[in-house]
Formats: sequence, structure tokens, C-alpha cells
Amino acid sequence: MIRLFANANYDFIKWRRWAYAITAAVIIPGFSLFLIRGLNYSIEFTGGTLIQVQTPEPVGPERIRGALDAAGIRDAEIQQFGAANEYVVRARIGRAGAVVEGLTETTAAAVDSALARALGPAPEHYKILRTEAVGPKVGRELQSKAFLAILLSFLVTLAYLAIRFEWRFGLAAVLATGHDILSTIAFIRYLDLEVSLVVVGAVLTMVGYSLNDTIIIFDRVRENLRKFRRQNLYEILNLSINETLPRSVLTHGTTMATTIALVLLAGEVLRPFALVMTFAIFTGTFSSIYIAAPLLMYIEKRWPGEDARGARALRPTGSVPLNPPPAAPEGGSGVRSKAAV
Amino acid sequence: MRTIRTRLLTIGALLVLAVWQLIPTNVTQRVRDPVTGRMKDTTIRRVPINLGLDLQGGIHLALEVDQSKGSVPDCADAIQRAEKVVRTRIDEFGTSEPVVQIQGRCRLIVELAGEKDPARAKSIIQRTAFLEFRITDMKNLFRDALPEIDKALRRAGVTAPGQGAAATSVTQLFGSDTGKAKGKAKVQKGKAAKDTTDQNAPGALSSLLFQGQIPGEYLVPEEQVPVAESLLARPDVQRLIPRGIELRWGTEVLSRAGRSYRSLYAGEDRPIITGEYLQDAKATRDPLTNQSVVNFVLSRRGGRIFERETGRHVNDYMAIILDGRVQGQPPVIKSQIGQRGQIELGAKPLQDAQDLALVLKAGALPAPLTIIEERTIGPSLGQDSIKDGIRAGIVGVALVVLIMVGYYRLSGVLAVAALALYVVFTLAGLAGFGFTLTLPGLAGLALSVGIAVDANVLIFERIREELQHGKLVRTAVDEGFKHAMSAIVDSNVSTALTAFILYLVGTGPVQGFAITLIIGIAASMVTAIFVVRTFYMIWLDRRPDMATLSV
Repeated sequence: MIRLFANANYDFIKWRRWAYAITAAVIIPGFSLFLIRGLNYSIEFTGGTLIQVQTPEPVGPERIRGALDAAGIRDAEIQQFGAANEYVVRARIGRAGAVVEGLTETTAAAVDSALARALGPAPEHYKILRTEAVGPKVGRELQSKAFLAILLSFLVTLAYLAIRFEWRFGLAAVLATGHDILSTIAFIRYLDLEVSLVVVGAVLTMVGYSLNDTIIIFDRVRENLRKFRRQNLYEILNLSINETLPRSVLTHGTTMATTIALVLLAGEVLRPFALVMTFAIFTGTFSSIYIAAPLLMYIEKRWPGEDARGARALRPTGSVPLNPPPAAPEGGSGVRSKAAV
Repeated sequence: MRTIRTRLLTIGALLVLAVWQLIPTNVTQRVRDPVTGRMKDTTIRRVPINLGLDLQGGIHLALEVDQSKGSVPDCADAIQRAEKVVRTRIDEFGTSEPVVQIQGRCRLIVELAGEKDPARAKSIIQRTAFLEFRITDMKNLFRDALPEIDKALRRAGVTAPGQGAAATSVTQLFGSDTGKAKGKAKVQKGKAAKDTTDQNAPGALSSLLFQGQIPGEYLVPEEQVPVAESLLARPDVQRLIPRGIELRWGTEVLSRAGRSYRSLYAGEDRPIITGEYLQDAKATRDPLTNQSVVNFVLSRRGGRIFERETGRHVNDYMAIILDGRVQGQPPVIKSQIGQRGQIELGAKPLQDAQDLALVLKAGALPAPLTIIEERTIGPSLGQDSIKDGIRAGIVGVALVVLIMVGYYRLSGVLAVAALALYVVFTLAGLAGFGFTLTLPGLAGLALSVGIAVDANVLIFERIREELQHGKLVRTAVDEGFKHAMSAIVDSNVSTALTAFILYLVGTGPVQGFAITLIIGIAASMVTAIFVVRTFYMIWLDRRPDMATLSV
């Protein structure tokens, strides 16, 4: 029988300051870059036109750029998309002089005719696989909606956790999730991923997933606080993280297997989504252990609750073994070794 | 034993219900009859899961009542009428399962799944907007105002581009015009236009415009259209356009002497009649002349208005304006017209007449519509997406199965069996509630498979712990399920809450993702907890003396 991290006894909380340093080193440059340069929003958010073109032979983005330049369509981005013979042309509203408002539909037609002139007539020499034209109004609507969605999901989770646990747990969980959003924004900025609606969906799913993970650990903390009355919060947190470690490894392993399969196989449209999800699983796990748990400790210290053992000590007492020894009636690891059929 | 039986019966009933949702059923579709070319209802059998546009290809449009030219008092009512009109038109157009729905208060969503010719579909829908008939500028008021406009532009420092070349084009153009000998009066008017241009040359605007074949018609070289557009949009030019005259671009591109021109029409600013009085229009080919014609019928009231107006405007030209664009060349009003009229399109193909008839027939739109969002996905891209998505899904699921069985042995097999049920339940949920499976939805499905095993992982880890603490197998299983429950419920409920918010706030693809996630979470709770528990019960029932557990 395979057992990963069974009876693990790592002092996770001890390394919290290192974890803060690492996460700050990731988030601060990425987030400042985000504040300075913004994100690479898809035309769904900015408004504009996207055209995906397929040619029988790879012609290179320069050829397409030339075709568009000849037709006087400037300031459009041209990108190879997935296969070598597929390209995406993006003209966003709002980029200096890119597209005039209200002309989004005409842009698609203009690109079409420019390509026809440069490459030859449509079905033989090039094929338009997909066009998207979004007016500026829809883009603005979506921006505010995405923001609203993230805010609402925060409030709802906070309320739910306040009911199911208590507000200290809820606050720690939501703050850890806030950390995940920041680090995901930094990640998106580093890779310069295009932020489409689906990517926002991935960020929101990450909110759910990260909370999910934090809740699993907090659930164990809640239980262990009841079970071991003599240990302080530092030890309880470590114990709980260690106890849930096999589960974390397994669940994140399986989920990451699926998201990595999506990254590699699901095609170009879903790749940003899958990349964000893969990172989200990583950061969600990290923050549950290194952000949510220490935060809970600080919150308990600052505003002690009834059962606030965090206020008593931040350092392990060392007097009580962190992991209760397995009470094995048949001796040692007998149950386990026989367990495999 | 009794509880096992009831549990099995429940699972069986759920499975039957799920499979029943998924067996191919008869679906009514409107399909074009290959013989007559008409649309007719047919029934086909297929699995009742709706595929999103991104998976089967098609065109998605969001339309709104255009409020840029004065607000529409009741846009909800306007959009409702528009919806009706667009619906009938799309039905005629030939898409098997068109979606026309009102979103929010005054937005119309049109989805044409599997549409193979998006350009044509789009142009028809785009033209659904606003139909009006206007008399062209018969007194040449705009042309007479041109010198003033040129003067104003010269004062503003705008000069004519490439004056010499333009002058030769003028002569060429007029040469071909006179050759056609449309009528004495018109030719003379044309000459007059030429004179004025020459006197005041170089005129910034007039050098771009060439007199067309009918009064109020001008031709602008295709490459100069943006320049002309920007000049005409200037406020100082706008002020000088004569009162009662409005300029409208035509849809057609004409080619003369190797250059292409776009037509620009000066016409009265008030329509003599609008589309709301139109009742019917039919395209036919006149058997005698072999010309395409469109016959139209007006309402009784419209007939009276039209009779009065056409009586006043015999021999005048009438521009058919849709969405602010003049359709084809304005026909001449040959005589007073009442309720019934005919538009002759000459040697143009019947398709043009049919499209015009289509536009006229349902053209009673009360307000103009603008496209605010448009997505077209080619069918091949949809096919690729399905292929890639399914391949990624299968690989992902295979990895999950491998990990679960490798790590948890027989218990892992139970979890995988439950996972199979989970996939069936989720698909059935999508079909049963009539939700649409999109590409992000497919991703959500693959992702939720990963998340779905989480509940089982939690339970199995808990059972292992209990066994490690020396509990008997049966107790360990009971305790494992009991203790894992709070974590499972709390984590799933919080994920479902975020998915629900995603559904409420999101649109289209995001909603599809949220829905699959929510259904997936619900299904995974049932399978991971209830079904796996039942499997364990059967297992332990068969071997009550089991001392060890394969977990």
C-alpha cells in the first residue's frame, strides 16, 4: 500500500516568515507591473474585434501584418494562435487610434477584404475560423460584472464561514483567498496571459477552490481544538495541516493532473484558463497552509475568542507530542500492513 | 440488508432517471426542404444535450435598440416587437434551431447554431433594423450647397487631395453617363454640376463627389470614402447641408472605368413611409422580361399614406433605406401607388430580390437595432474544440483513475465506479434542465472530475486514520464517513456558492461553466458519499468478518 506523508510531523508554521518573503517576492513585482501596465484584457472587456484566420500553409504573421498595413488597418495585434497556420488579429477599442467606437463590425469586414486582396480569395487561400466584435458598452458592463462577482463571492463566503465556523476563521480564509487573487493576478501578468471572461471564470473558480482547501484544514483545526484541550493553537494548526497533508497531496495531485491535461491538450482557446487553474491549485494549497493558518493565529492573538489558545503562545511548548501516537491494539503498524489486500 | 436494498433501489432509480434523460429523443427542428427550398418542421432523434455555439459553430449576436439618435421611450416594448420580427425572419432564413431571446430589458440575443454562412446571416439580421422610403434630393439642393461647403472648408484650411487626377475622372465618369443616355434633363444637370466644380476648383468636398445617374446620387471613389465621411461629419459642413436634406451611404460598390465607387445619396430627411406599414413582400422573377421583382403589400392605412405621397412624387426617385443605408439604386416612382407595389431589380439575381423581400416583409421594426456584440465560430473550430476538449477530458480522467486505483486499491475502484455514475448524472443534469454544454463547460466538467474525487479522498484518508487508531474495519468505515462529512459539506457548499454567483453575474460561456460546476458538485455529493457508502455496505455485508480493508 502506498502512503504519502502518513504521520507527517512537519513544523509548517515555523516557516511562515520564509513563506511570506517568497510570496511577497512573487506578488509585489507582479502586482506593481499590473498597476503600471494593466492586464492584457481580451476584446470582451475592452471592446473591439478579434478575427481568427487559418491559411493552408503557414504564411507568417508578417505577411498578415503587411496585408493589413496595405489596407490601412494599423494598430491591430497579430499573433500566431496554436497551430503554425492559424493567426489571430485583434483590434481593441481604446488603444490609441485603433478602432473608432461603433465601427467594430466594419473592422471585421475590412480585415476580410484586406486578406482577400493580399492572400487570394477566401475559402482556398485563407479561412476565417472565428470573429468576435464587442461594443464598448458590453465591455464596460462585463468589467463591472466581473468585479461585482468577486466581491459578492467574498461576502457570501464570509457570511457562510461566519455561520459554520466563527468570524475569525472566515476572516482568515477570505484574507488567504485575497492573497490568492493577488498572486494569480501577478501570475497572469508574468505570463502576459489574455484575460478573457473564461479566465475571470477561472479566477472565481479558484476563489471557490482555495476556500475549499482552507476549509478542509480549518475543519480539522475546529475538530482538534475540541479534541486536544491542552495544546496551543500553534501546535493545533501544525497538527491539522499534517493530518490533512495526505488528502491535500492526493486531491491536488488528481486535480492538477486534469488541469495539466487541459493545458497540454485542450487547445489554444482554453489554455489561459487551464494555466490559471493549474496555478490556482498551487497557490490555493500554499495559502491554506502558509497564509490562512498563520493568519488565524494572529487574528486569535489580536482578538482572542473563547477558545483562543493562539493568545497563549505562538511558540510550540514542546511538552506534548504533536501527533498522538497510533493506538495499535495488534501492535505497531499491524493494521496498516495487513490492510492491503 | 433492508437499508442496502433501499439504497440500491434509490441508486437504480437515479440511474434510470439519468439514462432516461440521455436517451435520444425526438426533437422538432425546422429544416430546409431540399426540393421546395422552404422551411418545414421535421423530427429527428438525438441525445438531448444542447451544444453551445463554440462547440458546434455558429453566430451569436447581441442587439440593442439604437438610442444614439434620440432616446426610445419604451425600449422594452420596442425590443419585444423586434424579437418577434427577428424570430420570423430567422425562421425563414433557414437555421434549424435559432435562439432569439430578450436579455435583460432591452437587449436581444440571436444565436444561429451551425450556421455555415455567417456573413449572409449577419447581413440579413443587421438589415432587420429600420426600413423607410425617402424621396431623393430632386431639386439638387445639396449640390447647389456644395460651393458654399467647399468655401467653408477652404476657410478651415482643408484642400482637395489630388485635384488634377480627380478632374479627369469627372470627365470619364460623365462620358459613360451620357453614353447611357438616361434622360436629357439629367445629363444637363450633370453638366451643371461639372461647371460648378470647375469654377470653384479645388473644392475639398466636391472633388470627391461625382454626379450619379439620378438626382441626389453621388459616387465617391472607394478609397476616398473615409475622407468624405470625415469631411461630412464636420460640424461646419453639417451646418451648411440644406435644411430638409440628409445624406445616406448606399450599400453597393459600383465599378466604373476600373475604379470602384460607393454611392452617396442626398435625400429628404423625412420618410414618405416607414416599414411598420409593410405587410408582405415576395420576390419573383417576371416570366416575360426575366427580371427579378419584389411585390409588396402595405396595410390599409399605409396604402392611403403611400397613395397620397406617391401621387405627389410621380417621376421622383425613392430610396429604400434600411438601417440608414440605401439599398440598391433608388427606383423611380412610375405612377401613383396604393396598397400594392412592385420594385423592379432588373437583371440582378433572384437571391438579391429574395433578400430584399425578406427585409421588406418583416421590416416593420419600430426602432433601429445595433449590434453590440458579435461572435462567429466556424464549424471546423467547433469540431476541433470538441475533439481537443474530449481528448483532454479523457486523459485527465484516465490520470485520476490511475491515481485513485493505484493509491487506494479496491476502495479506489469503488470511487472510480462512483465517478462513472457521476459523469452520467452530470450529463443527465445538463440535459434534464435544458442547459447548454459549452467549451468552458467541458473544461468545468473535466475539472469537476478532479474535484469530485476530493470527497472520496477525504473519506478514504479518514478511514485510514481510523484504522491506524486501531478501530475495527466496520467502525472505521462508519467513523470515516461521519467525520469527513462536515469538511465535505462545508467545502462543497462554499464552492457551490461561488459558482452560483458566477452564474448570476456571468453571461454566456461563464454561465455554462458555472452550471456544469454546480451540477457537478451536486452529483459528486451524491456519488462520493451515498453511492460509495452503499458499495462499502455491500462489501462489508458480504464479508462481515473482514479484518483488513483495501484502502
